[in-house]
Amino acid sequence: MTTPALPLYRRTPLRRLAGVDRLAVAGGVLLGIVVLAALLAPWIAPYPEDGGSATHPLEALLPPGGDHWFGTDQVGRDVFSRVLFGARTSLFIAVAVLAVSGVAGVALGVVAGYAGGWARDVIMRVTDVFLAFPALLLSLALAVVLQPSVTTVIVAIAITWWPWYARLTASVAASVSTRGFVDSARCLGVPAPLIVLRHVLPNSLTPVLVQLSLDGGGVILTAAALSYLGLGAHEPTPEWGLMVQQGQSLFTTDWWVVTFPGLAILVTAFAFNVLGEGLRARLAR
Amino acid sequence: MPGYLIRRLGQALLVVAGVIVLTFAVMRLVPGDPAVAYAGPKATAAELADARRRFGLDDPLPVQLWNYVRDLLGGDWGTSLHTRRPVRDDLFQAFPASLELVGVALVVALVAGIPLGIAAARYKGRLPDLSVRLSSMLAVSVPVFWLALALQTVFASGLGWFPVAGEYDASLDRTSPLHLYTNITAVDALITGNWPILASTLSHLVLPALVIAAYPAGVVAQMTRAALIEESSREHARLERALGFGETAVLTRFSLRPALNPVLALIALVFAYSIVNGFLVEAVFNWPGLGRYAADSIRSLDTPAIAGVTLLVAVLYVVANLVVDLLQGVVDPRVRAR
Repeated sequence: MTTPALPLYRRTPLRRLAGVDRLAVAGGVLLGIVVLAALLAPWIAPYPEDGGSATHPLEALLPPGGDHWFGTDQVGRDVFSRVLFGARTSLFIAVAVLAVSGVAGVALGVVAGYAGGWARDVIMRVTDVFLAFPALLLSLALAVVLQPSVTTVIVAIAITWWPWYARLTASVAASVSTRGFVDSARCLGVPAPLIVLRHVLPNSLTPVLVQLSLDGGGVILTAAALSYLGLGAHEPTPEWGLMVQQGQSLFTTDWWVVTFPGLAILVTAFAFNVLGEGLRARLAR
Repeated sequence: MPGYLIRRLGQALLVVAGVIVLTFAVMRLVPGDPAVAYAGPKATAAELADARRRFGLDDPLPVQLWNYVRDLLGGDWGTSLHTRRPVRDDLFQAFPASLELVGVALVVALVAGIPLGIAAARYKGRLPDLSVRLSSMLAVSVPVFWLALALQTVFASGLGWFPVAGEYDASLDRTSPLHLYTNITAVDALITGNWPILASTLSHLVLPALVIAAYPAGVVAQMTRAALIEESSREHARLERALGFGETAVLTRFSLRPALNPVLALIALVFAYSIVNGFLVEAVFNWPGLGRYAADSIRSLDTPAIAGVTLLVAVLYVVANLVVDLLQGVVDPRVRAR
């Protein structure tokens, strides 16, 4: 095994393409399937009405079979259909949290990074305080304060999630701000807000975007945990964490009620992690 | 070093102050009147006013914050509304149980994660690497509460290899009562030579500790792999290879120690995360730790108790970070210079 200390050749486009991490591709494909399942749930679910509050007491707790691939739950709803609809809930939460916390974090971070000095110190210390609360912990406290619902989950997680992006953006923006083109813009008399928007911000985004894709899995796990604790989505919302909670006492007798929603969380979080990991490895090169 | 130490300590204190203010702010948002929760729904107006005065709810917010900080520093963390005991005493009992569980889990995670990371770095791009990367990503993607339920169902309820729930067999309290020193059951049993309780505790620990270990083991393996690959591409590794050292020796004899520094930093982060992740696992295995206390507190809207748990874990995180930073300063002189 040889390890050249310096790259001896320039990367050609072909080499770059060949270098795309196979794991990242696999993660992208897997995530694509989940997204498709979420988008098409009303059309591909065998029993679309089971995504809501429908009940079929006579068909309760049927094991997996031809009519019900994943079996039925305690009120007779098709678990497969509910898992498909659950993808909508989970992805919606993930996108909302990442969008809200991403925008807030990037905005604060880019200001801190460009301004430097005391503004950076103040923003970074506030960030440190929020970072001291593990996401699930502050979400727990907040979820008690607010009424349990999907919106609560989004708000609670977003509040604990933005500091990561603020910190990341601030460090990138600080190094971008020392570059020549920023100095030139400043010398030309471009007002500071414009410099930040036109020059610093676009050049600071890539690491944050990668981090966002890496964090999708974490948001989905946290959201599922909150719903599992009864602090998030509630009946009849099809939510994977809630489905696990409702079925947990039946695990020994009717394993499918708990197993499939749990697997759905695992697969989705895994897809996000694999994709993000691959993107990060590519960015690091 | 003194300058670095003081700067770092000052930063940590500032963050703790912020943590207290934030906890206070969150708790003031609680719906419903804490006085009602304490005095009960049938309380008369006079009783309510009395409770309100007792908790200082009539004072302006800055005064309340000041009183809150003063009480905290004086060791008064408030009275739990559901156990009716001082929150500090409750935490003093529940926290060691969580610490026991997470401590064992982190040891398992390090013992499993570091060798896996070394193996992955040694066979980079080949089958062992791919399988370690895949399994570590699975480990960080699995919902802990679901994994806990699955292991409990299969290995405890199903096969009967391990106990289903609890910290140790409660009937042992009669045959061989445990003297408490540290409140950490396994440690107390060990130092007092209480073998039945020690054995029972260890067998109760296996499943929940394994579940909590999954996430840290995954991140430790990933981090060890990445740090080793970077470290072994440095100049010193070229020299070692030129001197005829094999790839394994380059990794383990020369690159491992400098590469473990970021892993150490990671452990501080993961520690607080695992305590909170442990809440879910404690709920499944009915482990008498912080998680169960938090769950009970949430159910009864017990503001002082929730504030206590939140504050404890956040401060723990700050302290863990501080300790790791200082340790790194000791281990690696380059950190001090920064």
